[in-house]
Amino acid sequence: MNIFKKTIFSVLASLLIVGNVYAADKIRIGTEGAYPPWNSKDASGKLIGFEVELAWSLCRYMGKQCEIVEQDWDGMIPALLMRKFDAIMAGMSITAERQKTITFSQGYADEVAQLAVMKGSSLEGMDTPSGINLSLGGSDVNKALKTLTGALAGKTVCVQTATIHQNFLDSGDVGAVNVRTYKTQDEVNLDLASGRCDAALAAAVAFTDYAEKSGKSVVLVGPTFSGGAFGNGVGVGIRQGGDDTIGKRDAELLKSFNKAIDEARKDGVISKLAIKHFGFDASM
Amino acid sequence: MDFELMINSLPKLLNATVITLKLLSLSLFFGLFIGFLFAVLRMNKNPIINKFAYGYSYVFRGTPLLVQIFIIYYGLGQVEYLRSTVLWVILKEPYWCAIIAFALNTGAYTSEILRSAFQTIKPGMIEAGKSLGISSKIIFYKIQIPIAIRQSLPAYGNEIILMLKGTSLASTVTLMDLTGVAKYIISTTFKPIEVFIVAGGIYLFMTFLVHNTIKYLERKFSY
Repeated sequence: MNIFKKTIFSVLASLLIVGNVYAADKIRIGTEGAYPPWNSKDASGKLIGFEVELAWSLCRYMGKQCEIVEQDWDGMIPALLMRKFDAIMAGMSITAERQKTITFSQGYADEVAQLAVMKGSSLEGMDTPSGINLSLGGSDVNKALKTLTGALAGKTVCVQTATIHQNFLDSGDVGAVNVRTYKTQDEVNLDLASGRCDAALAAAVAFTDYAEKSGKSVVLVGPTFSGGAFGNGVGVGIRQGGDDTIGKRDAELLKSFNKAIDEARKDGVISKLAIKHFGFDASM
Repeated sequence: MDFELMINSLPKLLNATVITLKLLSLSLFFGLFIGFLFAVLRMNKNPIINKFAYGYSYVFRGTPLLVQIFIIYYGLGQVEYLRSTVLWVILKEPYWCAIIAFALNTGAYTSEILRSAFQTIKPGMIEAGKSLGISSKIIFYKIQIPIAIRQSLPAYGNEIILMLKGTSLASTVTLMDLTGVAKYIISTTFKPIEVFIVAGGIYLFMTFLVHNTIKYLERKFSY
């Protein structure tokens, strides 16, 4: 019995030690693998997409070994805080709300959000400007929000949970719409196509990617959104630094990511990857 | 530990518990009907009816509840023909899709619980009824059913508890039940431990109530 206990204890202890060494050695980057073209998985389950390729090249610039870890979107920030990985690259926009909990590198790419409906919807042909920036405000923005409030009244709008898109709909800027939240963008797309959602809100590229791959007649309507609740571009999410060893390492990591992004941008790597995956230059 | 968050999230979570209880009670209500029907079909001598009832319980006990919900919610939603029928009025709503999945699932388990309860009835009891000249219909209602209900109480109590925990899967089809609201709070506070502890505590308390009610009923109906 004693030997049995000792064995179990030593196995557990060795797991702890191995886990720690492992953690110090590599930079682990968390991504969702379900938000094409930002990040997704191929048929064999391998992680692919803009951010996966960008992560590998940023690691080369930093001269560090990396490992890309898959994590469900709704647990992304908690998993970062619990040190399951050291950085997030998952199409996560830099917003004031998230910055209360974590910190971000400079942005590496920007996207606009847009509403999508199925062809033939009554929401098609809304009379709004083609794009609004919520940070700028002004009469154009107010008018567009008013049009949207009227058009979306009593409608069910679907979004992925814990996203800037959900934050925007919850903010009341477009009135009291019926917001339905899903774990993944895939599920939002499915329910938009089935007709359970009157409209859906996400990155415009997420819908065009879905329309292209599924052949469903999804159309974008209304203005493209940026600024305000939609944040300021997509950056690498990192734990806020501190005075202890790990905190110092996190602060160091933030610096090296910023430097790597600078270099990658200068070399045109980010633009090239963005054009390859988005079809246009979404880099910033 | 953020105790303030735990206290602040309690009212929201208790509010969401109402939806959880609604899902549970409606699923159990329909599930009991389905279970009873299929238990009777299982005991039918006709092999086709018998096999059909067995097939139903085999499929629904042999596949994960999550898969069943996904097939009913996302799967049926993909069938274009279905969307033009009157059935879509019900299947469009995540609430009813969840209840259909839960009821079919608990119905399968309930049918097995009731069937085995019926089979534990000693033939002597039925023979005693017959020897007194009681019709087999009355034997069924007055002897077999009451004994079967008492026999199935402990197992059915377990089934209620399993189903109570199973309702948490409703959050995967957008319903804001206890788990759904817990996840929503986490999505804005990024503090899963605190919120899930409170949500887990509420589940535990409900389980405690179900467990003790069943225990009380067992004592009351013991013979």
